[in-house]
Amino acid sequence: MIPEIGQFALIIALCLAIVQGIFPILGAQLNIRPWMAMARPVAQGQFIFIAISFACLVYSFVTDDYSVLYTASHSNSLLPVQYKVAGVWGGHEGSLLLWAMMLGLWTFLVTLFSKNLPDEMVARVIGVLGLIAVGFLLFLLLTSNPFERLLPAAPDGRDLNPLLQDFGLIIHPPMLYMGYVGFSVAFAFAIAALIGGRLDAAWARWSRPWTIIAWSFLAGGIGLGSWWAYYELGWGGWWFWDPVENASLMPWLVGTALIHSLAVTEKRGAFKRWTVLLAIIAFSLSLLGTFLVRSGVITSVHAFATDPERGTFILGFLILVVVGSLLLYAWRAPKIGEGGKFELVSKETMLLVNNVILAVMSAAVLLGTIYPMIIEGLASVGLIDAVNKVSVGAPYFNAIFVPLLVPLVFLVGMGPLARWKKADMPDMVRQLRWAFIASAIFAVVMPFLMGGWSWMAALGMVLAAWIVTTAIYSLRARFKATNAELPWGHRLNAIPRSFYGMHLAHIGVAVCIVGATMVSNYMSDKDVRMDIGDTVTVGGYTFRFDGVIETKGPNYTANRGLIRVLQDGREVMTMEPEKRVYTVQTMPMTEAAIDTGIWRDLYVSLGEPVSGGAWSVRVYHKPFVSWLWTGVILMVLGGVVAMSDKRYRVMARKEKKAKAEAKIATPKLATEKA
Amino acid sequence: MKLKFFLPLVIFVVMAGFMWKGLSLDPRSVPSPLVGKPAPQFELSQLHQAEQTISRDGNLGKVWILNVWASWCVSCRQEHPVFMQLSRTGEVPIYGLNYKDEREDAVKWLKDFGNPYTISAHDYKGRVGVDYGVYGVPESYVIDKQGVIRYKHTGPVSAQALRETILPLVRELKKG
Amino acid sequence: MKNILLAALLCLSFPLSYQVQAKEAEYTTGAPEIHGRVMGVSEELRCLVCQGQSLADSNSEFAVDMRAQIQEMMEGGMNDRQVVDFMVERYGDYVRYRPPFKATTMLLWFGPFILLGIGVAVLYTNILRRRKQVDETPLTEEQHRRAAELLKQDSGENKA
Repeated sequence: MIPEIGQFALIIALCLAIVQGIFPILGAQLNIRPWMAMARPVAQGQFIFIAISFACLVYSFVTDDYSVLYTASHSNSLLPVQYKVAGVWGGHEGSLLLWAMMLGLWTFLVTLFSKNLPDEMVARVIGVLGLIAVGFLLFLLLTSNPFERLLPAAPDGRDLNPLLQDFGLIIHPPMLYMGYVGFSVAFAFAIAALIGGRLDAAWARWSRPWTIIAWSFLAGGIGLGSWWAYYELGWGGWWFWDPVENASLMPWLVGTALIHSLAVTEKRGAFKRWTVLLAIIAFSLSLLGTFLVRSGVITSVHAFATDPERGTFILGFLILVVVGSLLLYAWRAPKIGEGGKFELVSKETMLLVNNVILAVMSAAVLLGTIYPMIIEGLASVGLIDAVNKVSVGAPYFNAIFVPLLVPLVFLVGMGPLARWKKADMPDMVRQLRWAFIASAIFAVVMPFLMGGWSWMAALGMVLAAWIVTTAIYSLRARFKATNAELPWGHRLNAIPRSFYGMHLAHIGVAVCIVGATMVSNYMSDKDVRMDIGDTVTVGGYTFRFDGVIETKGPNYTANRGLIRVLQDGREVMTMEPEKRVYTVQTMPMTEAAIDTGIWRDLYVSLGEPVSGGAWSVRVYHKPFVSWLWTGVILMVLGGVVAMSDKRYRVMARKEKKAKAEAKIATPKLATEKA
Repeated sequence: MKLKFFLPLVIFVVMAGFMWKGLSLDPRSVPSPLVGKPAPQFELSQLHQAEQTISRDGNLGKVWILNVWASWCVSCRQEHPVFMQLSRTGEVPIYGLNYKDEREDAVKWLKDFGNPYTISAHDYKGRVGVDYGVYGVPESYVIDKQGVIRYKHTGPVSAQALRETILPLVRELKKG
Repeated sequence: MKNILLAALLCLSFPLSYQVQAKEAEYTTGAPEIHGRVMGVSEELRCLVCQGQSLADSNSEFAVDMRAQIQEMMEGGMNDRQVVDFMVERYGDYVRYRPPFKATTMLLWFGPFILLGIGVAVLYTNILRRRKQVDETPLTEEQHRRAAELLKQDSGENKA
């Protein structure tokens, strides 16, 4: 019964989404007030029904209802309850339902926090979100129905993939999807602006908070995914340039460009067309990611079980959305004015060079990810020999990414200090000379402190130090510019939160760079065969193998290794890596033992038993690896802090002024273009 | 209508074309560089008669199929009936390359499920497999009279693949 | 009887075996110098049965076998370049983890930097063009007055 209710709720949600997608937009075009007013309630209704549907699926998991095919494929009665809930999004159909629910949630939030937007804009934004929802709900109902029945019901489920039976599954997908889907709001704002033919600084101010939160969620989601892979997969890798990882990185890079571009559009009314295009591209990349991951065109450990029918549907939907929005862009963009002018050396220019670099990074990731497919495609029509098929792995992406990162980080230091319209370069150089010198010294000293010279390590250090020193300088300069007569608490408060948020996020980048650089250049590991009592020394710690015992978990049996760790002859801790075999899927799985520290992680992974009671063991010393996740946390915090800037809350007042000025000034610019 | 604004659309359409084609391709396939080149020379002991050897040169002058298989390989059982049927017709000799298998296990497997192979070579260490670019089991090669590899099939051979691709090729090669 | 004898032998052998234990564990892939080279080359080759891992990172049977074979080849005297060429001869360019530098991969390697150049050039010309074209006219007295009036109107409405 409940699964049928779930399916029925989806159908109702689809109907509501269709209404939501059509009437408000038409209403805005034809100025029919009741149709525009429909937008909020219909959207809220749609969310409620998707939520009901989702709840029904959770119910079937939690009550072990194996007459539902999806539940039988991804759950098991022995599965701990938190994984039964998380298992709802452990497979294709369920995760798609999660996507749809996130979309409903974001739309719901838009209905709540859009009181000071003009009615036509609200109607159009909610309408576009409704059209997207129609696509996803159709996809669910036509090709990926999570409520499909399995008759006769299975006696027990096939169990959730052991790799997913982990805390990571509970948090990573929801956060990631909040990010992916969040960019649909920025997209909807862009489309609404194109349809309305009006794009101004006010539009940028409305879009900005939504874009920043989506960006923060996506950053958090990607960071969580990286951290999860690190401790779960057993060899301590944290980024593999896997197609699915790339699928999440691309919209994030473009999203970063979008945040910066929105700043230019908001402050100076410039580069509006570029900003709108970026918003379209960011969401398109989100959709593209969905396509890559669920269609079978790329291989990945993360890829969902595929089906040519599903792949075709998503591609069709992707083409519809992107071609539609790019056609709209091509048609309407010329009507949008150009905006202010500025010098070659100015804050605007620096922000736009930032955009170019981020866009190129994203394009490079895309190119590398689909290149094998391009070659195979060309070969299949005979243009080149099939043997030319290449695989594009980490070495390529690292080779492209790092050179692009250098100029980008350089700008991170300069940008905040530069003035709008015309920056005083000589003055900036003078202000930042100490930051530059300090960074250079740091870059030369650190590698030696870590154990040996490395050009890559020095590069990473100079980049990270540059960000931090320029941030300190900028914060200090800003503080000094506040009213010296006030107590310092008030002075700190006088500085807008978006300023703090910006530097916090930038420092987060620096922390990530330190983590990545150190762990890549100074990690040491040994892959050894250990008999009882054998020792191995890595990174200044001695690891002694004290045997393996058998243990049991709720739905698995395990061999647990006992590794005593000694430092300077003294025993400091015991690490217990496990090799588990899950009862249902009988897949062997490694649970590495990790000791996390500020300066290093110790990572021990149990391999295979070899002759004579010995085991192969891999021991790692990973310096600064926890800085990677810390950096991401700082970035997310930076976004949240920036978003809480009261300027966005006092939107109403400022925007009346902007509206008034815009009404007067715009007609002139519009006719200029024509 | 300013044309430069259509550029993003054009770029996307080109990409979409590749993605459409990509739906019908297999991203995991590794095209073999050995097709069109002489089959690597090998000399291994025979599976059923360990003292006797089998070599590639011994098959010069005829068209033959080399099938890489193992008793531990689950997919091999899937294609086995296809090869059994083929061996009954006698149209083309099938030689087996028993890959990283224990001799007794392999012999038993053939006894249990039938032996379509004229002779099976025992590649215990898998070195000959590497020479042939084997990375998974089963894989099959069509080799011509001059000892040149003409076709490689990765994965189990279905009746359809045999009928539509392999046998027509074999027939053509036999004529030449 | 046999069993008791066996058990007795085992008990006797224990103290002996204890002395031989507690040593520095040995590498699973041979001597340290070869081990370093094996891992180095393995990092440049792709594990063909895994999804996306190099031969160095993977623990699959295929990867373990391949590393063993690479070790054999190196112990037999082959240098790094020869080992990679050996693999590419048999498996094609696909087995290279880093895409090769060929005509068919020119776009891959140079594409991003060409794109960067184009992007910067477009930005540059756009900024210069904008300097000449867009003429920002500040609001006139009249427009300022109208704006102030509109604002007064709006805030009046709001207070209600």
